[in-house]
Amino acid sequence: MIKTMFIDPSRCIGCRACEAACRECDSHKGESMIMVDFIDRGFSVATQPTLCMHCEDPLAPCAQVCPAQAILITPEGVVQQADPSRCIACKNCVYACPFGVPKFDVEARLMKKCNLCYDRSVQGLQPWCSQACPTDAIWYGTFEEFENERTGRPVNDTAFGEQSVHTRVYHVLPERVEELDVLTLLREIGAKQEAEQVREEAWVL
Amino acid sequence: MSVNKDFFVPRRDFNYDFQSQNPTFIEWQEADRVPDALVPTHCAFCGVQCGMNLKVADGHVIGVEPRDFPHNRGSLCPKGVVAYQQVEHEDRLKYPMMRKRGKGSPLERVSWDEALGYVAGRWQAIQQEHGRDAVALYSGSSMTNEKCYLAGKFARVGLQTRHVDYNGRLCMSSSAVAYARAFGIDRGPLPMPDFELSDCIFVAGTNIAECFPIAMQWIWRARDRGARLIVMDPRETPIARTADIWLAVKPGLDIAVINAILRHVIHTGRTDDAYIAERTVGWEKVREAVEPYTPEEAERISGVPRERILAAAELYARASAPLILHGKGIEHSSHGVDNCLACTNLALARGMVGKPGAGTMMLTGQGNGQGGREVGQKANQLPGYRHIDVPEDRQFIADVWGIPEPELPQEGAAATEMVHLMAAGEIKSCMIMCSNLMVSLPDNAVVQRALDNLDPLVVVDFFMSETAELADVLLPSSVWCEDEGTTTNLEGRVIRIRKAAEPPGEARADWAIMCELAERMGRGRFFPFRSAEDIFNELRVASRGGKADYYGITWEKIDREQGVFWPCPTEDHPGTPRLFTERFGHPDGRARMFPIVAVPPAEEPSESYPFRLTSGRVVYHYLSGNQTRRLGFLRMQAPEPWVEIHPRAAEPLGIRDQERVRVRTPRGSMELKALVVPTVRPDTLFIPFHYGHEQAVNQLTNPAVDPNVKIPEYKVCAATVERLDATATPPGAPKVNFTAENAPAMFPYAVGEAKPPEPSH
Repeated sequence: MIKTMFIDPSRCIGCRACEAACRECDSHKGESMIMVDFIDRGFSVATQPTLCMHCEDPLAPCAQVCPAQAILITPEGVVQQADPSRCIACKNCVYACPFGVPKFDVEARLMKKCNLCYDRSVQGLQPWCSQACPTDAIWYGTFEEFENERTGRPVNDTAFGEQSVHTRVYHVLPERVEELDVLTLLREIGAKQEAEQVREEAWVL
Repeated sequence: MSVNKDFFVPRRDFNYDFQSQNPTFIEWQEADRVPDALVPTHCAFCGVQCGMNLKVADGHVIGVEPRDFPHNRGSLCPKGVVAYQQVEHEDRLKYPMMRKRGKGSPLERVSWDEALGYVAGRWQAIQQEHGRDAVALYSGSSMTNEKCYLAGKFARVGLQTRHVDYNGRLCMSSSAVAYARAFGIDRGPLPMPDFELSDCIFVAGTNIAECFPIAMQWIWRARDRGARLIVMDPRETPIARTADIWLAVKPGLDIAVINAILRHVIHTGRTDDAYIAERTVGWEKVREAVEPYTPEEAERISGVPRERILAAAELYARASAPLILHGKGIEHSSHGVDNCLACTNLALARGMVGKPGAGTMMLTGQGNGQGGREVGQKANQLPGYRHIDVPEDRQFIADVWGIPEPELPQEGAAATEMVHLMAAGEIKSCMIMCSNLMVSLPDNAVVQRALDNLDPLVVVDFFMSETAELADVLLPSSVWCEDEGTTTNLEGRVIRIRKAAEPPGEARADWAIMCELAERMGRGRFFPFRSAEDIFNELRVASRGGKADYYGITWEKIDREQGVFWPCPTEDHPGTPRLFTERFGHPDGRARMFPIVAVPPAEEPSESYPFRLTSGRVVYHYLSGNQTRRLGFLRMQAPEPWVEIHPRAAEPLGIRDQERVRVRTPRGSMELKALVVPTVRPDTLFIPFHYGHEQAVNQLTNPAVDPNVKIPEYKVCAATVERLDATATPPGAPKVNFTAENAPAMFPYAVGEAKPPEPSH
């Protein structure tokens, strides 16, 4: 049973503790391989972390398009960043990744990306991002542990048009939760209904 | 968090360019240092005090590792992750400095002997000429309990002045007094893991996701178990986004909503009458007081649609373990105490205080905000929550300190009042420790005048803060992990801070500076401390028998038990994680309820100032930002302040997103970038407060204070916003509710006058 990452955007508060923590890993000290983005700040404060999904099928599209075979995959299935002695800085991987994960370091002329904190995870420690995450939006463990401890539906197949990708890392979709039905609630307590009458133009989008 | 990074660096390619993600680069050669020790300690920032391990190599702090502690379970927020970078920061102050040629001359490096000799000499001369109260101490709560305790003793015994207060005045004083009045004990009543047990969490005026990110894991756990979430905030904060009901209240008018919820609880018969009869005093008057707050009336006052108020009230009334979490949003108010008392009324009426996972919980913001306010550095308090105007309390502490009781000074001015005494020339010299008044106090033009008036202004700090820039004598001190000690977190858990490195250069621990100054003031015999633990052991004795009883807590016990909750009266006492399970802190064991009515803030919008301006934190910065603005990762995320405006308000003014605009209030104006987003009320502006000089929102804020505790009304004042090219409109006046006649009385007042009368029942 492999341990892997579970990313639950509904819990993300956008604090970027993962970005700060990623920089603390000794295998890429001072460099963050995880990104936190607002979905659309013009409408909401919703945010989502993005880290390497470590694609399993097709196996690592970034590695497949690499003309120099610079992107290596460990026996545990962790897709590494480009090997500095092989990378020819062609950026094929940057454009090929369906999730927009690899970044190109212009100064080093090298592709860089998440390696699941390989030095930590092979020793049984958590990667730094999930370790730090204050809200468990990024969570590390086995699928069975997740099923036991958490709510939500883990998914590791993502479809891009007709092409779908099976990944080592999971996204967590919300379970079908019973949403609060405010109108029913108000009816239950016999509040006056003014559904027809718009008292004020809504400003909450 | 409220804003994306490209707001500050437009046109950068964040999609493909690695450098734009990582502009502050650490040299690779620094990355391969191997630690030779892990020092278990806690974070320097915020009242949660997460456990962490510091990586140390050759006496240098080189990094951080997770530490599994009961309340943070190994996780850290971004401030905690990079906190260690303060230690070896190039901006650290390493040597004492003085303006040797008077005010206006540059700061020059001097020896400790010269600096302390000068300060002690000046103080003695000032005190001889103008009396002992002409010298003051302004302290802070981001220090260990040992330092905070010593600050109170240093002022009252070393300087023999009545004027000592601290920056917690600006932070927790309203909820502290509210809890002391309602429950008889001022402490967060629950441990954080208790949040999980609640089935309805009502977040009243706290941006908990940004200010206490670590608390979110406990709230999400409660949500996983089906808990409902109600959030009252003028902004759609990250927690408001996920709430069942968001009550977008007008800043400063929260009481109407809370009272309306209580009214609904009463009218639907969900009060716990047995609990009220058995455990509380004052219910009848509260019931009468909330009767006028119909949903319609609450909507008229607060601007929250009545259906939302009713739905929230029903969720609260239905829950079996509702928990109210409240923070600065309701506390930074000219009726901050009343706001908190409205919350305690609500929880008491439902009989929830003292139940696991239910009741009310104040969220203390500062690192040692809880400990700092109970160990005796507050104007009216002595260690162990003793009162400076109660004869028995005075006698007890005078005996511990070995001075005759009449020599113990009486209550002095609160922090917000001290500034006026400085401006008026009554206080001639002040030592400021662990505080950055030029960023943190409201209406900072007045603060600047006050500080310029002091000769000498002595500042103890480890970075050159906006206040330290004005100092006549600047003394370098230690960061949190360069000294041993304890802090008390927002749960009331006393925890150990450990030393991981020596202070750089000639910098010294704050307590050592105070002991040395006391020696030079001829009071050294009262300060025989050799170590921080000596101070803690004296604090244990001084707090013995008080409300905040630390007597049974030792450093070894803290290590053994992963923190100890006070009160802990004896060494074999296990500590008290949950308060009020059987009785409250008042002598009769009952809680007090107070009739609370909604009063408007001191200043309200008018035609010339149509907006309500509110200020608050962002997740990347801590308090005045003196520490966090220097740490590369945090600075990169939020390098400058911005103003949040609703599109509907921005459009008629011709303001576009990311455009620089001018925000004006009756006290001043500032220019900053506009963030046009629908996540704030259309009649409200928001500016983060962590910045200094021309970026300080406290150029604009209202210095009006709460009459009981003198906490300033940071969270609401009248304001207007305009484009930079807008033609200057003739300045009008805001609607002023606090006039010269009805504004709170300020120092000096008769001893005890500031204390609210105990209700007679």
